[in-house]
Amino acid sequence: MNLIEIGLIDGVLTGAVYALMAAGLTLIFGVLDMINIAQGIFVILGSYLSLILEQHLGIGLLPGLAITIPVMFLLGVFVEWAFIRRIGAENRVTMSILITYAVMIVVEGVLLLTYGSNYQSLSASYVTNSFDLLGHYIPEIYVYGFILSVAAVVVLYAILYRTRLGTSLRASMDNAMAASLVGVNVKRVSTLAFGIGVAVTAIGGMLFGAIQPFTPNTGYDLISRLLSIVVLGGLGSVGGALGGAMVMLIIEDVVSTVWSPTWAPLLYFAVLIVVLLVKPTGIFGRQAVRSQ
Amino acid sequence: MTSPLTRVRRPFASAEQEAAGDPTPTAWISLLVRRPLWRSVVLVLLLILIPLVITGATFTTIAVYCLMYMGIATAWNSFSGFSGYVSLGHAVFFGVGAYTMALLSTHWNMSGGLSMFALLPLAGVIAALIAIPYGYVALRTRRHTFVVITIAFFFIFQLLAFNLSFTGGSAGVVLPNGQFSAADYNDPFYYACLVVLVLTVAVAAGIRRSRFGLQLFAIRDDEDRARSLGVKVNRVKITSFAVSAVPVAMMGAVWAFFIGQIYPQFAFNPALDVTIALMAFIGGFGTIIGPLLGALVLEALQRYLNLYLANADLYLVIYGLLFLVVISFLPEGILPSIAGRLRQRRLRSQNSTTVSTQESR
Repeated sequence: MNLIEIGLIDGVLTGAVYALMAAGLTLIFGVLDMINIAQGIFVILGSYLSLILEQHLGIGLLPGLAITIPVMFLLGVFVEWAFIRRIGAENRVTMSILITYAVMIVVEGVLLLTYGSNYQSLSASYVTNSFDLLGHYIPEIYVYGFILSVAAVVVLYAILYRTRLGTSLRASMDNAMAASLVGVNVKRVSTLAFGIGVAVTAIGGMLFGAIQPFTPNTGYDLISRLLSIVVLGGLGSVGGALGGAMVMLIIEDVVSTVWSPTWAPLLYFAVLIVVLLVKPTGIFGRQAVRSQ
Repeated sequence: MTSPLTRVRRPFASAEQEAAGDPTPTAWISLLVRRPLWRSVVLVLLLILIPLVITGATFTTIAVYCLMYMGIATAWNSFSGFSGYVSLGHAVFFGVGAYTMALLSTHWNMSGGLSMFALLPLAGVIAALIAIPYGYVALRTRRHTFVVITIAFFFIFQLLAFNLSFTGGSAGVVLPNGQFSAADYNDPFYYACLVVLVLTVAVAAGIRRSRFGLQLFAIRDDEDRARSLGVKVNRVKITSFAVSAVPVAMMGAVWAFFIGQIYPQFAFNPALDVTIALMAFIGGFGTIIGPLLGALVLEALQRYLNLYLANADLYLVIYGLLFLVVISFLPEGILPSIAGRLRQRRLRSQNSTTVSTQESR
């Protein structure tokens, strides 16, 4: 296999994990009209929760999700209820950034206090094993991660398009005022959307922690990537987040295998800027999402 | 909230108060209170005197940082607060200023001393030249997208600082030694920051009163309508962006000289972006006094907390929690909320006294 093919395969496999994390972010944006800066640290928190379950209770990574997903969901619901709900229409952009940033540094500080800044990693047999695909070794976790992420995205889509809650969610994303006029409880939907958006980070965090080592500081790097993905795909579009994640990760993996890992992130951001120059609403973005 | 075009209400001796027969303070105090220019002159004189009176190194170090952040927050606010475009990429200009100072002073083999400060205007000019294309690209987008694109620019610049050959990479750059006497080493930096700060505040206040400022506020309130009314929105936004970059870069240059050695991750520091937004929020967006007070309170608090706790992680938790509590109880920012409550209370007490006068009229 040549380098470009290797980059493509790695990009698609890891892209699915990022797609899942970005889908949560864009869902929160769509319903609440805000950027959740804490999404990156929530992913890392998900990684640490998996680590705690595995190290102290001997619960494996996959079964552990049965615990971490509800925990992260409740955390999301709490954060929305306690802080996000207080943000008014005025200065909404700034306020949401500042509040979620404060949440982020609290979580980061707690993780640093308990675990320090040493690199941690999740381990299991399927994390360390890898298999041979035409001379290129692919870690098994990449494939499991891909399958799990795709499954989670399918579940997310099923919730969005096949349930009553999903209809309310999409109605609130399209137009919160109109949704509340036809009887959608936008407040409750917002809380649930934030909860679901954070809950996916439990899966994302477990996979992220299994793919690469992490520290509490990894959240900064992660959130900048997730935001780029979401904006590239078009803010508020779940499908766009999936497409954006694939495009970004394939570009990054191809560039880093073919050329150099040093400059791959630069290209990643450069693509974002070039795309926005041509189409300010992102690739799959709706026209003028809630203009001021 | 007040409309953006109304001037900030003076805290003391308002017209209603005098009409209500409040006891007026002594003549010269009321003169200071009523003449903003006089007030500023006295304030600046006080700031000039401070390092002469209090000479402890801990205090003056904190004072240098306070002035630095007051300038940066004011500059940020003169763009983001006035135009409504929230920039999380102003740390780029801070880093550009720091690297301009570091690279040029080592390139020209400068020997430290006061002559180093001659590089400040150059740092400002370079930042403005970078800000123009940066703003041209970023300001095509709005609201959340603009925020994200400024973050993307920030990481591009940080990566460049890490990876370009002339920046010294992750090893950083060592600057020439200051060559100031150990006893009052901080003083030159203090005064350099003070000069930049005074200029920044003067420019910001000038913008706020000018036609240009009105155009910015119009963009903040409704950009499409402003455009249809004939405001050259792109030109105004990019100009404001570039102007706000200059003081940030100058402060970055002072900072680089002050700490003596710079590294990419500290010169281009992602926390700086959010910190200055936080300072402006605490003080009140779009005002002149707001970012000044916000930066003063927050920077002093941060430095003291850091010294007192001596544990950066615990400090993060306490700082974040403190902010969450503040936002829960004072959702408009500390100073605007307190000012609003005081005004309400005053109005209420006035109402109870004026009811009788109105009846007799």
